[in-house]
Formats: sequence, structure tokens, C-alpha cells
Amino acid sequence: MLSLLIFFPLLAALVTAFSGEHAKKVAFAAAIVEFAYSLCLFFRFDPVGGIQFTENFAWITNLGISYHIGMDGIALLLIMLTTFLVPLIILSSFNHKYKSPSLFYSLILTMQFALVGVFSAYDGFLFYIFWELALIPIYLICLMYGGKDRLRITLKFFIYTLTGSLLMLVALIYLWLQTPGTHSFDLQALYALNLSAVEQSWIFWGLFLAFAIKMPVFPFHTWQPDTYVDAPAPGTMLLSGIMLKMGVFGVMRWLLPIVPQGVAEWGNLAMILSVIGVVYASMIAWVQKDFKRLIAYSSIAHVGLISAGVFSLTFQGLHGSVIQMISHGINVVGLFFIADMIEQRTGTRDMDHLGGLRTTAPGFATYFMIIMLASVALPLTNGFVGEFLLINGIYQYSQILAAFAGLTIILGAVYMLNAYMKISLGEAKSVAKHFAALTLTEKAVLVPIVIMIFLIGIYPKPLLEIAGPAVEALKLSIQTATSLK
Amino acid sequence: MIQLAWLIPVFPLVGFLITSLGGKKLPKSISGTLASTMVLASFIVSLITFIQFNGQPVTIDLFDWISSGSLSIPFSFMIDQLSLIMLLIITGVGFLIHVYSIGYMHGDEGFSRFFSYLNLFIFFMLLLVMGSNYIVMFTGWEGVGLCSYLLIGFWFKNPEYNKAANKAFIMNRIGDLGFLLGIILIYITFGTTSFNIIFPSAGAFPNNQPVIIAITMLLFIGAMGKSAQIPLYTWLPDAMAGPTPVSALIHAATMVTAGIYMVIRSNVLYSLAPATLSVITVIGAATAIFSAAIAITQTDIKKVLAYSTVSQLGYMFVALGVGAYSTALFHVTTHAFFKALLFLAAGSVIHAMSGEQDIRKMGALKKKLPITYFVFLIGTLAIIGCPPLAGFFSKDEILAKVYVQNKAIFGVLVITTLMTSIYMLRLFFLTFFGSFRGTHDQEHHLHESPKSMTIPLVILAVLSAIGGFMGLPEVFSEHHSFNSFLEPLLTFPSSFIHEEMSHSLEWSLMIASTIVLVIIFFITRKAYTSSKGVPALHENDLSYLAKASYNKFYIDELYNFIIVRPLHIISEVFYKIVDSRMIDGLVNSVNKTVVASSRTLRMVQTGNVGFYIFAMVFGIIAILLFNLVL
Repeated sequence: MLSLLIFFPLLAALVTAFSGEHAKKVAFAAAIVEFAYSLCLFFRFDPVGGIQFTENFAWITNLGISYHIGMDGIALLLIMLTTFLVPLIILSSFNHKYKSPSLFYSLILTMQFALVGVFSAYDGFLFYIFWELALIPIYLICLMYGGKDRLRITLKFFIYTLTGSLLMLVALIYLWLQTPGTHSFDLQALYALNLSAVEQSWIFWGLFLAFAIKMPVFPFHTWQPDTYVDAPAPGTMLLSGIMLKMGVFGVMRWLLPIVPQGVAEWGNLAMILSVIGVVYASMIAWVQKDFKRLIAYSSIAHVGLISAGVFSLTFQGLHGSVIQMISHGINVVGLFFIADMIEQRTGTRDMDHLGGLRTTAPGFATYFMIIMLASVALPLTNGFVGEFLLINGIYQYSQILAAFAGLTIILGAVYMLNAYMKISLGEAKSVAKHFAALTLTEKAVLVPIVIMIFLIGIYPKPLLEIAGPAVEALKLSIQTATSLK
Repeated sequence: MIQLAWLIPVFPLVGFLITSLGGKKLPKSISGTLASTMVLASFIVSLITFIQFNGQPVTIDLFDWISSGSLSIPFSFMIDQLSLIMLLIITGVGFLIHVYSIGYMHGDEGFSRFFSYLNLFIFFMLLLVMGSNYIVMFTGWEGVGLCSYLLIGFWFKNPEYNKAANKAFIMNRIGDLGFLLGIILIYITFGTTSFNIIFPSAGAFPNNQPVIIAITMLLFIGAMGKSAQIPLYTWLPDAMAGPTPVSALIHAATMVTAGIYMVIRSNVLYSLAPATLSVITVIGAATAIFSAAIAITQTDIKKVLAYSTVSQLGYMFVALGVGAYSTALFHVTTHAFFKALLFLAAGSVIHAMSGEQDIRKMGALKKKLPITYFVFLIGTLAIIGCPPLAGFFSKDEILAKVYVQNKAIFGVLVITTLMTSIYMLRLFFLTFFGSFRGTHDQEHHLHESPKSMTIPLVILAVLSAIGGFMGLPEVFSEHHSFNSFLEPLLTFPSSFIHEEMSHSLEWSLMIASTIVLVIIFFITRKAYTSSKGVPALHENDLSYLAKASYNKFYIDELYNFIIVRPLHIISEVFYKIVDSRMIDGLVNSVNKTVVASSRTLRMVQTGNVGFYIFAMVFGIIAILLFNLVL
């Protein structure tokens, strides 16, 4: 039952909120249960069975709002990503002593509740509710547990994403008003709408801005580096590992088939912005001194590639973006964890002050290197499968854009290798002298990440097979929607 | 048995896993022996496969790797004439270098790590040549790049070495982008990336079709990176930062020839694109002569050999460019023998000289290092093309093939050949003759290397001496075994002139080159065995031209000045001005406007619940009315 998967974290959040000092253990146990349960659904899922685990009840009847949930292959993978990462994120925070841990971990679980909800919703209103619900816990996490400048930065993040959300709300209400009869927010009803070209353009922008800010796509990204850097490590991981996928997912399910003509009109611009983001953010990542900020910019570059793949509307582009969302989620959480461990042990994230970790902490440096290689998409790591499909899809759309997007292959290597060299290689600098060996908890976070890096890199078939029919169905509904309109 | 060929890459992979996971717990004696045994096992299986091979290519499917819509990439291997030759070179030479490394790396704290990287390299190199489609090839291609990076920066406490490692990886990645785009274009054009579907269907394309030119050019960009051709060659000389066996294995005998392999593998496509072949010819010839011009003044024993490798790779590309694919592979093979030999012998010299690599500080090593001296002599004679050693036959064949196709390029190669003789003999005489110029300590420590090092040297020397007989020119025999073995895989460009050089011309060419060689031998001996011939220690004492050559014609500085620096500045501008001031500035000013206007709007925030309810009701009515009107 899918509802249980959605609401269990909320229940767990409540319990956690009252478990005082044991909060982190309770939260971790709950997250593991959630993951185990999601695995059950994973194995029961039939890749060619269309939308599954559907539940559809009338909720607010006179407004045409229903509690309609379910999942297709794309949603399943994103839900699996969420349930896989949340326990790791909780575990990764065990080194920290957060004040009022019951609140902190309760917020993380609330976040998980909203995230699973976003990926499951088949009703526009329900989607919007979950979308907004996801913002609140992460906002509080950043606001209460962030760095020095958290008030200003978090406010900006909040206003920025809220603006996007409001635009989406307006777009959704407009769509709702267009539905026949007593009106409906149901996804299928929205897909079936017959909108004029002008309307589609407006709706496109309303929805696109919301999603583009979330991802973020250039030039709507300036909230992101500050927020990522300032947020506590688990917050950054939630934001970059899972939350930005809400934006990509939103484009796939709530934008492309609803306003296909709007996409035909403006998709090219979205592609260009995405590809600009790839090159632009990579170049900025290269000149960073702060390792966490470097990862933040690299995330903009990676998500730019994903977004370009989506707007290419090619099979490989869409397929690749699903796979890359999973891979990026895993890798970026790994990288932020590496950055967090470095900061905790040395007190700095400034790469000019770091150096020589490979001498003092060879095990740590090895994990770091593997995650770095996955991030630069070396074949046989998870990064390659997605990146290859994405560039392939973009190439089918435009050779020029593919050549620019492909620069990520070079630039990614430039900034990541440079960072690795500054942090790990050379003579051990003073801050690195007493770099403690990895603890068991830390290994428990890193090992699953590394396993997934190679598993998806070497045998991506299960993921590709789950995502494939869903991408096929998505392309089909875009086609039907286009022919309808 | 051929179906078991998938074992070939599995052995070194297992070796890698054991030596890397075992780490420091593994005793040195075990990790070196284990790694070498694994490569030996691969060699034996390769040999058996070679013997059992019946001329029909065999595909071995392992599993479905990446499937997306119409794109289907199996993880599968292909055994055919080309991959077999490469397998034997890689595992054979690779095994010798593993054994050599046991002696050479003895005493290094990263001993096990070194062997784990070497095994990993062999694994990826085998994937590269065994892959039955471009993506598996690309996997090996990137994988060897990774190992090259790891091994160049093997002594990672040295910042210079780390920079060299980064440079190698990044320059290769520039090529890899071209390669990857080429593969994607192949998929779009042919609907697959598998060799056995692409090549038979390529015949339908006419000559110089734009899409085929684009594919071949993109693939060639990849080859330029991996095989160190102008303009992407500058990483290879820097790659000498790695331990010497690495230079022999990766940066001379195997990895850098991957570009040649890839072009031969894709010869069907290249033959359809004479325009690309012309580009390859010109770039190959330019690289050959340009790097020879640098080698001639270098004073680091490994740097001379590195530039010589770049130059020899240029030869091979010229051969490819004129359509003489099997000749290029023949030179790949002989070059693998004598260049591995030269590097390992140089390693033996460096080992004896307590780490010294500067030939200005060597001299008179002949007596103290008799075996090294002898094998170095064989290597030198082989590379400069002294009959009847290996290099003579392969180089002569390239020259003969080029002569028929393109006289101007032939001229360039002849000059390059002369320069090769000069810089190699210069290196040889400065190292082994004259008087000893090192420190007293170094002289005291001079010793011949241990057996684990000299035995591989002797084996490679034998191969360098007799390896050329695999491909005797027609003058001597009707049957060119190397060419006829490879023939079934090859398609020649339509412009290719199949006629051979007339026998009388070929004889005169051989005799003339031998006479010139003898003359150069004596001139260089006279010049470089006397103390006057030793290059100046300070570059200011060099002539203008020699100084330019000594400084590699300032190409690194040029790249830095016209590419790296400007990009860095642009990136800084993006970060500090475009991102922080312009984009974020705009966002903030919008924000401020909103805040200012909300101050005005705040007046409606009366705190009066009644007012709120009123406003809400009003709003709902407005929406409903709006809806009604529409």
C-alpha cells in the first residue's frame, strides 16, 4: 500500500519528536523500515504494468480534488532514491551534535513524507500540497541549524522558491478552471485539456519557473550555492540529493504533457538555458576555493545536463535523465558527506589550506576518489550511464548544444581533479596531520554509496528496464496531448 | 576454447581486486608475484586463443549493459586478427614489465598499490582491444586513462607529478569528448555501436560523405588525445613523472597506441573518408618531425624517449593516413618491443644512477652496466632502423608505402628518420661512453640491475632484434605474414595505390638509408663521446634554436597563455561579476522592490480577523464570478 509508504515517515516524525535524546536512533530505525518497505514495493512493481499501487479517493469533492496516488517507473525510482538516501543522510549526521535532536530528525522525516508524496501524487492539488510541505521542514532545518549567515540566506531561498511555487499554484488553478464540468485537478483531466497556444505559453512559464528554480536552472540558480553552503550537511544532502529532483520530475509529469505546444514554443530556450548552466557552472566550480561551494556549482552543472536531456524530448534524453537523477543523488550526497567529514576533522573547507589527506587517511582518500570518479562519469560508474544517454539525447536534438553540453566531460574532470589534488595529494599539511580514520558509522554511509556507484555503473539494466516503459508512456502522452491540441 | 577468451581480462581484474583490497596486509613478495602471474595467465590464454583461431571473428556476449529504446549495448568481446595481435602485445610485453617492476619497485612503500594499478591497467587495456562495440572500447579507453592518471601521480607527494597526472587526464578527456560524440553520431547514423553491424553496412556510403567525415574526424580527435598527436601531445612528455616501468608499459608500448588501434579497427569508415585520412597524414607527419626536433636537445633520458615515442606515433599515423593500416600495426608491434626495451633499459640506468635521469651527469656506464649497455644498444639500433633489427623492417615499410602515395610526406619522414638516428645515438653515446660525469657517491653505487630486471630486458632485446621478421618486405619473401594475417579485416581507400615500390628502388632505399645510418653513427660517436659534446648545463649557453628546442618550443607556455589563463579569467569574471553582481544583483533588487511595495501593502494587515474573513469571502466570490463570466 503506497499510502503507508507516504505516511509512515510522518508518523515516525511524530514519534521522533517525542523521543528526546534517542531521536537519531529512532529516526534511523524508521528510515530503515521505510527503505525495507519500499524494497517490497520495488520487487512487486511490474515494469511494464503502467501506473501501479494506485489509490484514488474523492477528497474535496466539490472542488474536484481527489487523493489520487500511484507510481510509474520514474516515480518508483525517485521514491527508491529517497528511501535509500534518507537513512544514509540520518546516519551521516551521527557525528554531529545538533541541539534539540528530536526536532531535527523529526524534520528530516517530515521532509521524507513530503518527498514521497510529491513523487506519488496524481492530483494537481495534492501535488501542490506535498510540494509546499517539502519546503517547510527544509526551510526550518536551514534556518535553525545553518551557518552564520543563515537568516539572510534562508530567507532568500524561501522567498525564491515560494515565488516559484506561487506561480505554479496560479498555473494549476488556471488549468483547473479550464477542466470541464465540476472541475478537476486530476492529472488525466489536465492532460486532456484543450488549451490555446497563448494559454500554453503562459502556463509553460508558470510551471517552468517553479521547476527551474527548484532544480535550479541557469539563471534562476543564485539562491542555491549560498543555501547549499550554509545549510547543515544533512540539509544540503536533502536539497541536492532529493529535493532538486522534484523540479526535474515536475517537468516530466506536470509540464511536458500538459502544455506540449508551450514546450514546442519555449523548450528550445529551456534547452539553451540548461546547457549554458552546464558550462557556466562548471567554469565557476573551477575557481572555487570552498569545496562545498564547488560541489554546489557542480550540482548546477549536472542538473543542467539532466534538464537539457528532458527538454530534448528524445527517448534517450528522458531515459538518461531518470538514470542520472538517481546517480547524481547518490554521488552528490557522497560528495557532501566527504566535504562534511573534511570540515569536521580539519575545521576548514578552504582547499588552499587542505592537502595530503591521502598520506594520512588513505582509506578516506580512496572513497573520495571513487565518488569523484563517479561524478566525472567514468565508464563502469553510475555517472557514465546517465551522462552518455543524456548527451546522446541532446545530440539528437542539436549537435551544437550537445557539443557544448559535452564540455562537462572535460570541465568536470578539470574542477574535480583539481579539488582532489588540492585536498588529498601533496605533502600532508598541518590540518591533515591528525586526520582521524573513518569510523564504523561513516563507513556504513560510504560503503552503500560505493556499492551503488558500481552496481548502477556495471549493471544498470534493472533501472533502465523500470524507467524505460514509463518514459515510453510519457512520450506517448506528450504525443497524444500534442495531437489533441 | 575461444569462448573462454573472456577470461583474458578477468585474470588481471582479479589481481587488481586482491592487491588493492589486500592493501598493506599483503606481503610484498605476494602482491608482485600475484600480479605478474595474473598477466602471465592472460598471456597464456591469449596464446591458446591465437593458436586456435581459425580466421573467423568470434563474438562473446557477456551481458546486456545499456539498453535504451533502440540503443542496445551489450557488454561483449570480439576476437579477431586485430584484437589477437593487440592481446599478445599487451599481455606479453605487459607480463615482462610486471616482472621487471618487481625488481624496480622493490623498496617502494607503495609496492602493492603499484601492482594493483598495473593490473587494473592491463584489465582496461584488454577491454579496449577486446570490446565488440565502441562503448566497451570507450570504457577501456577511459579506464586506461584513469590508470595512466593514477600511475603518473603514483608518487603523489610531489606536486609536480600530480599536476602532470591531472594534465594527462584532462588532455585525454578533450580527446574523449570527440570520441564520445563520434560514437553518438555512429549510433545515430547506423543505429548501433557494434562493429559487426556497422562495418558491413558502411559500404553503402559513398566516398567523403559528410557524416562519415564527421564521424572519422571526431574519432580521430579521440586518437589525438590518447596517442599524443599535435595539438594534444604535451601531456605525454610530462607523463614521465610516473615510475619508469609505467612509461614503458603505458606511455610507450600499449596505451598510447590505442589511437592507432582505434583507427585500424574503424578502417572501413576511414577508407570512406579520404579527407580525414589526409588530415591524419599531415598531423602525423607534423607530429613526427616536430617532436623529433624537441628530442634532439633534451637532456633527461626519459624525456628523449618520450618525445621519440610521440614521434614514432606520428609515423604510425602517417601510415594510417595513406591507408597502410597493417603497416601501422606492424610498427605498433615492433615499437612495443624496442620502446619498452629502451624505457626499461633507461630504468635500469636510472636505478643504477640512484635516481639520476640527466644524461649530462652520466657517461661511461658501459663497463659497469654491461647487460643494460648491450640491450640499450639493441634498442637504439632497432629504433633507428638498422638492418636487420625490428625497427628496420617496419620503418622501411612505412617509408616505402608513403613513397608510393605521397612524396612530400615521404620527404618529411626521411628527415625525421635522420633526426631520430641523431638523437638516439646522442642519447646512447652520452649515457654509455665518454667519461663519468656524476657525483662520487653515484659512481660508487653503480651496479647492474637484479635478474628480475635484466631477464625481461634480454627477452625484449631478442624480440627487438628478430621481431621484424614477422613482416619481411617483398624483396626478401613473397609472403608478408603480418599483412596477410590482417588482410581480411581491411578495406582500403579508393585512392590507395596497391602497387609496391619497384624492387630496385626499394633496394636502393635500404642501402642508402643504411649508409647514411653508418655515417651518422660515426659522426655522433665522435661528437658525443668527447667531453665537448656534452650539452651545456645552463640553457643560456645554448644557441638560440637549441634553446627553443630545449624549452619544447614553448608550447606549454603558449597553451597556458592562450587557453588556460583566459579561461580562468573568464571563470573568475563569471563567478565574481556575472553571478554575484549581475544575476544575483538583479534577483536582490527585485526582492527589494517587492519588500518596498509590501510595506505599502502592509497597511491591509490590520490584524482584524473580520477584515480577513471579509477579504477571503470577497476573493472567493471574485473567483467564482470570474469563472462564471468565462
